Amino acid sequence: MRDIHEVLEKELRDIGQKTCELARRAGADAAEVALRDGSELSVKVRLGEPELIKEAASRGLGLRVFVGGGVGGRASNTFTSDMRPQVLEEFVREAVALAKLAEPDPLNTLPDPADFATDFPDLELWDEASLAVDAATALEWCKIGEAAAMAADKRVTNSEGATYDRNAGAVAFANSGGFVGSYRGTYNSFYVEPICDDEGGKKRNGFWWTANRFLAALEDRAEIGKKAALRTVAKLGSRKVDTCEVPVVFDPEAARGLLGALLGVANGSAFYRKSSYLVGREGTPIASPLVTIVDDPLIKRGPGSRSFDGDGLRVRKNTLVSAGILETILCDTYSARKLGRKSTGSAGRGVGGSPGPTSSNLILQAGTSTPEEIVRGVERGLYVTEMMGFGFNPVTGDFSRGAGGFWIEKGQKTFPVSEITISCNFDDLWKRIDAVGNDLELRTSTTCPTIRVSSMTLGGR
Amino acid sequence: MVNVSKAPFATGGVAAIDAALAHRLLSLALDRGGDYADLYFEYRVGADVILEDEKIKSLGRGISMGLGVRVVKGDATGYAYSEDFTWDRMAHAARTAGQIAAGGGAPAPVAVTPVTIPDLYPIGVPSVDLDAAGKLVFLQRADRAVRAADPRIVKCEASLVEEWKEILVVTSDGKLVQDRQPLVRFGVRAVAEEGTKRQSGSSGGGGRFGLEYFDDPSHTPEAHGREAVRIAIANLDARDAPAGEMEVVLGPADSGILLHEAIGHGLEADFNRKKTSNYTDRVGQRVASDLCTVADDGIVAHSRGSINVDDEGNAPRTNVLIENGILVGYMHDRLSARHYGIAPSGNGRRQSFRHMPLPRMTNTVLRPGPHSPDEIIGSVKRGVYAKRFSGGQVNISNGDFVFSLTEGYLIEDGKLTAPLKGVNLIGNGPDVLTRVSMVGNDFELSDGVWNCGKDGQSVPVGVGTPTVKIDRITVGGTKTS
Repeated sequence: MRDIHEVLEKELRDIGQKTCELARRAGADAAEVALRDGSELSVKVRLGEPELIKEAASRGLGLRVFVGGGVGGRASNTFTSDMRPQVLEEFVREAVALAKLAEPDPLNTLPDPADFATDFPDLELWDEASLAVDAATALEWCKIGEAAAMAADKRVTNSEGATYDRNAGAVAFANSGGFVGSYRGTYNSFYVEPICDDEGGKKRNGFWWTANRFLAALEDRAEIGKKAALRTVAKLGSRKVDTCEVPVVFDPEAARGLLGALLGVANGSAFYRKSSYLVGREGTPIASPLVTIVDDPLIKRGPGSRSFDGDGLRVRKNTLVSAGILETILCDTYSARKLGRKSTGSAGRGVGGSPGPTSSNLILQAGTSTPEEIVRGVERGLYVTEMMGFGFNPVTGDFSRGAGGFWIEKGQKTFPVSEITISCNFDDLWKRIDAVGNDLELRTSTTCPTIRVSSMTLGGR
Repeated sequence: MVNVSKAPFATGGVAAIDAALAHRLLSLALDRGGDYADLYFEYRVGADVILEDEKIKSLGRGISMGLGVRVVKGDATGYAYSEDFTWDRMAHAARTAGQIAAGGGAPAPVAVTPVTIPDLYPIGVPSVDLDAAGKLVFLQRADRAVRAADPRIVKCEASLVEEWKEILVVTSDGKLVQDRQPLVRFGVRAVAEEGTKRQSGSSGGGGRFGLEYFDDPSHTPEAHGREAVRIAIANLDARDAPAGEMEVVLGPADSGILLHEAIGHGLEADFNRKKTSNYTDRVGQRVASDLCTVADDGIVAHSRGSINVDDEGNAPRTNVLIENGILVGYMHDRLSARHYGIAPSGNGRRQSFRHMPLPRMTNTVLRPGPHSPDEIIGSVKRGVYAKRFSGGQVNISNGDFVFSLTEGYLIEDGKLTAPLKGVNLIGNGPDVLTRVSMVGNDFELSDGVWNCGKDGQSVPVGVGTPTVKIDRITVGGTKTS
């Protein structure tokens, strides 16, 4: 199997280099090609019966060409799923014609070849065992996971099912500056979604899940089902609480939403577009001294690991926030140039788009408190397990989202709470963090331990 | 319909699919004993232009195409796709999808007959085929209008996104239907600064048009540019929103997104078939105040959510969901329609050939009522007026929702006063619908920008409402008093 995929990676690299060459011949000054070839298996069981088996493979080629004539970059971004040689030739010609219509932007050119990645560490992103999973095996796992959820508590009355997904694929990247690189990866996920009936006919749904690049690292299917059931049953009888100002504890699932939103304002693109309340704040405190945030692409088996970035540059661990001080923001080549600085090796590039700053494995580093200690330290407050909606204004930092979780009374989680909002300016929210948990797990590419914010406005009755 | 087909599978194309070939593929798909199979051929060209910092920053173009094969056996679905229209690859996809049905006798697919359909969005030449140079001017006009509108503007971005999609649906019960679906979306964003305050405003629109979208005086680049500036400037003076339960007036048009999220999803029949929606088994019961009549209307000319045929080959139509407060029906795809023993309602939609169809909304609207907008606002002592939304999210199982406003105002003694920032509305769809106490006579369809996500699939939708008063809803703001 390994051989097949090595050949595939090589084929993608070859197509990439050939397409760059085609673009040069069609009149481009420079070109950059991103390729993807992947397969998916998705299997779902609901109420014990197979509901879906989906299996397919797909590939795509994204091309960015630059024409300049000395004054700087005019660029186009094009995509095709059809890579037959005769089609590619016409596709490349169209891309060059399109680029000529853009207005010159001297900053929009390929990166300096001196910054290209030259060393490609094996980050262990590929798992043969994941690839060997077939639909019949996955159906069995789903039956086990769902059955465990239904059996865990008799108040679980229905189910959205249990699902196993596997993605496997290779990515290659080549540019006319001489860079060529590729890697391949696998990713498995398994989740279970039970449903309960609450008083008044209201449905309460919940879920739990496990995911990993390596099949062997997936958690026990039945345990996932059981935990999903317990989390769902715990929501029965959810109610609103009165509007108030209280401390708010975020569990790791909810907290990672906050970290993702922070990245949205701590990157070069948001900065040069003036779409961030953090503009001008580098070197100053933007969070509590308990907060240190890193982005590390080089973690072995990491869900967001990569051995080069979407500009073809070498990657490194970046510290965004060190003990509350904003040290650096993540930049790709273009946004770095717009800001008069160097890329942090943080370009992400979908096959169909142009590069932009993205995180790899974005981690809020663990603190020393246990989650129980963090809750125990709250006289009256809210424990948040889920957030809803998109109430965040990056320009002003105004933050207001729907939330659900549990009311905390005298250091104990009590009744479930839903249909409330939590609000606070984001700048205040990060500065008000007064506890960081020791419960960090690298299950998702953006990850956070339990955190506590000393005070937020809770909008309820 | 003018013959403007570009797809390789269309009549006259390099890989033209005819009824006989489709029949062979369907036979393969049903070989293992499926109950039903369909083929979904899709060809999509996308084009986009982005302006930033007074420059045309980039131009993009993308082409994707493929065939999705679905086989249904009972409530189970087998799905596979191919990005290649060679016989071997298509046949492989058909056999893979057919795996879902192991054993059992196979019903042969019936002979396939082409179906002709009316055209809700006739256009001349697909705009993706027009010279890209001629499109830049729309963005440049918006940029000029934004910069000229107010000295406090520091930034303008504009984008034009076009799509041309051709589909061919063939079903084992004998239909062969083609459609061509144009889609255009224009957007402008302005950033204003005053002292240390910075705010942004956006305006956009579109629908199933080519570039003639801009011909309407309310759709010009200048109109969208000025609207973006108006919102950015208004928000410079915005104050912290109150928190807690209060009266809320939803403005016309865009507020339809709340209806879509909070009520619409719960009325998609898959959730009701699986008994996972609050609206399960409630047809015939009162679910809203008697002022509420809600419909999903797939046949509004040129609207973003309209379709000439759904992605399972069925005709779209106007489906009344709630009539004077009484639940009268759901939105169906084939699977759910068969479960309920009724005809499909034309709501089977999918993101692409890589996705299986689901019951989805098209254009979801609340029908007008008896009240004037002034009368509605005038009736509120202290509350919030919601004018524009950035988006929302709903828990489909129970209708709990959250919506974020990009433009909202305080209502004091029956008048709109201060602009508010950071406003969220949170509630439960079924509850909120029972608290609708006034419905305006000023129905408007939102200018088309909305996308709806469900099960990881995104489809374009339309929404519309008149002004609506809700007696009590939780406002998430930062001020507790």
